[in-house]
Amino acid sequence: MIKSELVQRIADRNPHLYLRDVEKIVNAILDEITNALARGDRVELRGFGAFSVKRRDARLGRNPRTGAHVAVDEKAVPFFKTGKEMRERLNDGYNG
Amino acid sequence: MVKSELAAGSHAPGPAPSNSATTKTQGPRTITRVNLAEAVYQQVGLSRKESAALVEMVLDEMTNRLIAGEPVRLSSFGSFTVRHKGQRIGRNPKTGVEVPIKERRVLVFKSSNLLKARINGQLAEGGDD
Repeated sequence: MIKSELVQRIADRNPHLYLRDVEKIVNAILDEITNALARGDRVELRGFGAFSVKRRDARLGRNPRTGAHVAVDEKAVPFFKTGKEMRERLNDGYNG
Repeated sequence: MVKSELAAGSHAPGPAPSNSATTKTQGPRTITRVNLAEAVYQQVGLSRKESAALVEMVLDEMTNRLIAGEPVRLSSFGSFTVRHKGQRIGRNPKTGVEVPIKERRVLVFKSSNLLKARINGQLAEGGDD
């Protein structure tokens, strides 16, 4: 499912809303998560999962093709941890 | 014993949650559904109650697709895919005792380049696709 399909599905369940508004809703949610992470905040959605930001130290990397050393700057990476309920539901009746 | 009421959806329309983070003076905050609903309320102009219901519906829809084993790809945000892991022998790191880890499914999130750039402060707010 891609974003436009998600928007369409939500719109189908809410005939009183314009497609354009549903699009705004989905974008508002994703932007809120993005902005929170950009501030270094954590986003916790019970039953779904939690987004957080992890720091990676600067390191000396290698160009895999030439073997040359390259300095890699310190950076931050987004991290997602699956929620408990999601994990359980993914594996419901899946023990074999 | 009295159980405090924290269930979503039971809130009367009231003041905006103070947690919605516009200043940057304190340490990291935790954003929840309440803040997502508030963002929808502010930007779309639905009632608070309906905004909360729609946040729930979006998460629900995504969850259901993932449980069906279908990937969810949200451009400029990232993609969620379900990966199948075979059975393997694990070890209790404390005791060294071998324990079988059953076959299972795990959810993997891969962030978009845009999200990574935003987190590293390389792009201004509101960058799209």
